[in-house]
Amino acid sequence: MARMKSYGSQLFLPLSVLAILILVNLIKGSSYFSISIINGALYGNIPNILFGASELVILAIGMTLVTSSAGSQDLSVGVAATITSAVFVWVLLSAGKITWITILAAFLASCVVGILIGTFNGALVAALNVQPIVATLIVYTAGRSIAFLIDGKLSPILANNLTYEIGSEIPGVPIQTPIILTAVFVVLFAVLLRTTNLKLYSQSVGINQRAARLNGINPVRIKFLAFMIMGVCTAVAGFIAVTKAGRHDSVNLLKDIEMDAILAVAIGGSSLYGGKFSITGSIIGAYTIEVLNRTLLRLDVDPDAIKAFKAVFIIILMVIASPAVRELAGNGTKWVRDRLGGAVQIPTAIGEDAAVDPKSDISAKKEV
Amino acid sequence: MQTENVLEMQGICKSFPGVRALHNVSFTLRKGEVHGLMGENGAGKSTLIKVMTGVYEKDAGHMMVEGKPIHFRSPEEAQDFGVGTVYQEITLCPNLTVAENMFIGRGRYAFVNWKRMKEKTTQLLGSFGIPARPTQQLSSCSLAVQQMIAIARAMDMDCKILILDEPTSSLDEDEVRKLFSLMRELKSRGVGIVFVTHFLDQVYEISDRITVLRNGELIGEYDASSLSQFELVSKMMGKALEDVSQMKRREPSARDGGEPVLEATGLSSAAGVRPFDFTIRKGEINGFTGLLGSGRSESVRAIFAADKVTGGEIKMNGKKVKISEPIHAMKLGIGYLPEDRKGDGIIADLSVRDNIVLALQVLKGFFKPLSRKQAEAFAEEYIEYLKIKAPSTSTPITSLSGGNQQKVILARWLLTHLQYLILDEPTRGIDVGTKVEIQRLVLKFAEDGVSVTFISSEIEEMLRTCSRLIVMKDRAIVGELTGENLTETDIMHVIAG
Amino acid sequence: MESTNTIKRRERVSDSNLLFAIAAVIFVLMYGFGILSFPRDFLQSQTFFDLFNLNAPLIIVTLGLSIVMVGGGIDISVGQVTALVTMCCAVFLQSRSGSVGGAMLLALGIGIAFGLLQGLLIAYLKIQPFIITLAGMFLASGLLTIIHKDPINVTMPSFVRLMDFQIVIPSLGTLNRLGRFIPLEIKPGTVVVLVLVVVLVILMNWSRFGRNLYAVGGNNQSALMLGINVQRTKFYSYVLSGLLSGIAGFVFIMTTGAGNVGNAYGFEIKAIAGSIIGGTMLIGGVGNLIGSPFGALTLLTINELIRADGVNSDFQAIASGMLLCVFIVLQNAVLRLRGTSSFKLALPGWLVPARRDR
Repeated sequence: MARMKSYGSQLFLPLSVLAILILVNLIKGSSYFSISIINGALYGNIPNILFGASELVILAIGMTLVTSSAGSQDLSVGVAATITSAVFVWVLLSAGKITWITILAAFLASCVVGILIGTFNGALVAALNVQPIVATLIVYTAGRSIAFLIDGKLSPILANNLTYEIGSEIPGVPIQTPIILTAVFVVLFAVLLRTTNLKLYSQSVGINQRAARLNGINPVRIKFLAFMIMGVCTAVAGFIAVTKAGRHDSVNLLKDIEMDAILAVAIGGSSLYGGKFSITGSIIGAYTIEVLNRTLLRLDVDPDAIKAFKAVFIIILMVIASPAVRELAGNGTKWVRDRLGGAVQIPTAIGEDAAVDPKSDISAKKEV
Repeated sequence: MQTENVLEMQGICKSFPGVRALHNVSFTLRKGEVHGLMGENGAGKSTLIKVMTGVYEKDAGHMMVEGKPIHFRSPEEAQDFGVGTVYQEITLCPNLTVAENMFIGRGRYAFVNWKRMKEKTTQLLGSFGIPARPTQQLSSCSLAVQQMIAIARAMDMDCKILILDEPTSSLDEDEVRKLFSLMRELKSRGVGIVFVTHFLDQVYEISDRITVLRNGELIGEYDASSLSQFELVSKMMGKALEDVSQMKRREPSARDGGEPVLEATGLSSAAGVRPFDFTIRKGEINGFTGLLGSGRSESVRAIFAADKVTGGEIKMNGKKVKISEPIHAMKLGIGYLPEDRKGDGIIADLSVRDNIVLALQVLKGFFKPLSRKQAEAFAEEYIEYLKIKAPSTSTPITSLSGGNQQKVILARWLLTHLQYLILDEPTRGIDVGTKVEIQRLVLKFAEDGVSVTFISSEIEEMLRTCSRLIVMKDRAIVGELTGENLTETDIMHVIAG
Repeated sequence: MESTNTIKRRERVSDSNLLFAIAAVIFVLMYGFGILSFPRDFLQSQTFFDLFNLNAPLIIVTLGLSIVMVGGGIDISVGQVTALVTMCCAVFLQSRSGSVGGAMLLALGIGIAFGLLQGLLIAYLKIQPFIITLAGMFLASGLLTIIHKDPINVTMPSFVRLMDFQIVIPSLGTLNRLGRFIPLEIKPGTVVVLVLVVVLVILMNWSRFGRNLYAVGGNNQSALMLGINVQRTKFYSYVLSGLLSGIAGFVFIMTTGAGNVGNAYGFEIKAIAGSIIGGTMLIGGVGNLIGSPFGALTLLTINELIRADGVNSDFQAIASGMLLCVFIVLQNAVLRLRGTSSFKLALPGWLVPARRDR
């Protein structure tokens, strides 16, 4: 019961934000949810959102895991995805013939590179105890140039049916391929969380590394693992991004996506200081960001100015979710309850407060 | 006429999520007195102090300083008003120099005069006899020195009220004596001193009056001269005192001569214990005892490889084993309840259930998670078995009281079906009722054939439960006591050498 | 007790100064290497001062970020705020009512406004600094494009005069390829940097605010208990960082003379890298502000070296990354050898109640 409640309150914020955004869209035009079928494929706002957010969702999942165990963020995700996709394109193009098998081989090669980048970051963070933001700054600084060199200083183009099918849609399948790939990835990740103790371990390490070690968990190994999984996430995201774009532009591919990924984690209700996390929250957070972008476009906001509106939105969201405002809101409801106390009996009101509130108290403590 | 009371607090209430820390507590401090604030751990002393100094805001109640109503919103305000404080945990900044730690946050200067600060610090360090240099980075000082610096800082402030929360916990006798003479001097100057300690002798040596708290409530205010030690203890503990005296000392049993479960030879660790030998038999309860810094905790930590092991051999049931990480020890059926519950024991934000199943889960392995149902069943079973007071298995462990948190960790190890359990200060910071329960449990484990090493700062407790005591001094074993020789005086003799 | 009586000499150097020393030594070594390998370029004093002349804005931004980092925070809005300031100043200067003095005030005003907003949200509402300054970064970059999208060249005469103004030091000149003597030229931006370094170093090392900030960065909770107003101290650090971004923006436009959407792009990351190389640690409480310009200069020098070598410019970024890597590992190794490795844990050991034994 209490679990449901604390879980619910964690997801309450991103869900309500999503609801408000959708409401705004509905007011703007009631056809928001309409889906049409053109040439056997689904078109409409919802497929567009799912399509557009696929890379972000995948990176947000990896980011959540890294944040949880290492207590800080990976800045290099976008750049790492650029490198892995450069490797993918390079392997694919140098294989000559493009078939499902070469694509698979190239994808696996890009996964290996992703894991290698993860190992590098992980080594700095886990073994040397460097702050993740600092450690991943290295790949962030050098990465796009490395990708550029792998590309051979060009923007190689993927002009063939197979990669097009991966990047947009397979004839006869109504749903665009990136959406399917994202769904598959999410399911695989859910299976991973189900069949292993990853969640318990990384939360324990993120909350109390010393205690985790004394209970037989190897914090170094868990952080390493988180970064390696992050590496796979970047490879998948890079794969989707480059097949979507049809060419590898090492300067602009997935530019600034690391910031959105971090934002998705924060909107999803996980603390950026590590510890407890909610993958569901992060996924919702990622879609919320996508919906927000599209809503602003729909409201005829100039594409270049979107960032400013996004900023205002983030600030409002964070202020609402901030410990200080929550406390205020808590006092407010208490005040209202006290006033109504005579008329409306709300049993165990204080007890409930206590069950829901610890989170805000904890985050406050961390900040203090 | 001016009031004699420098501080008056009335009807103070303070709650935290899930915990009612203070309820309707009153407290008065007169000018020029030392007022002992007594109570078991968790009685609300530290909370009351933090309300006095503005760290916490009170939920209800009044506070008056020198007859004027006052409301401190931050330690800064309190300090400006003349409240000097030494907190229980050392609250200094490790990245700053000793001199800065003495003076930071004091006064309304705009720029720092390093030279004067250094001079004044040198003087202060000299008068307190603290072996540190003003320009030294604080993190390079030992804990005891840091505590002395915190005391020197508070005493140097020209304050009306001085609050000392467990200032003597890491000091040796000479330092305590010095502290007391300084306290007397301040007292004669009219400063009101609040003194918190758990050493009864120290309270009686210096206090004029004593206020007792229990369970967040005021029990009473007494003149130190008219309250006997026995009365004080019974007031602090409540009715549980009978419980304690009822408990009988453990009879030596035949098991004490059983097969050795664990034998260590020449064990040493990076925490600095000298190589030592150690044996424990099946169903035996033994303990490490010794003074401050004697290396008791470090020794058991070495057995569990909680600190990096630097040498030695361990045999488990006669077979040579290698323990270089805690997980190795766990796989051999060893459990370790750490001394520092907050830092080494609990996983704060996680639920009671996750905290209970953690060790078992780790032992089962990364790829074999318990199902939600199994975990729930285990958690519920042990919550009932150990009578853990938790609203549900999903409650975050931090919202439980200290004693119940300790039981959760105990449950964590019991769940792993161990052969050998190490308990380092399991009874510290918890209420007497739970203390007694834990001691009973320890005896029961031994009955069931589990070997236990028990460490407690209360020698009484150790004498009641252990059949063999290993005495430590200066990070080495200096003696071992069994049977007839197992008395407090004998221990003192061994320590005194 | 035993350990306290023997205070080892090495313990008397604080972590901040040790890391600063490493940064300074490496910078000197690197510059020395430059002189040995490319004497024509690096022996000229103009090359050295050009590092300042051309990169003054980055150095100023690095100073601001270092201050925030000492307090245990982070400010990634600095780059885009700088960019916003350049654009606003350019638009203002090109408008009919434009004046140099007004542009300066505008620059400072925008910087302080961002600092105030971010400081308020981070210090008083206790929101994670990374997210808030990320929002600040988005806000600044969005506003920038709303105000003006295309590059503007400032042609206002009095401003052009200020732009072209330089201090000439004849005694420190160099010979050019034709053997003609060219006196050393120093841009106003360099002077601003030098003045700011002096002022800020004094502020951080001698003022109450500066020392309180170190305390806050070292241990929040302790600082509070020691009677420091933690929130206000943090707040000021963000305001200061915003103010410095404003100054950096003005110096930027004074150097390039144009407002451009791409101005100061990536400054936040370069500034973080510069601060880290300069010995400021992201966990807070450690760092010497003189190190920050050294850090930024080290990064710039390595780029300069690569340029002099004639290698593909892509290697500049890669070399910067490698340099950063070397520094991070080195700093880590040094601090670990000192036995203060607990400094780098997410939850430092001294945050939890002290281990006591009795």
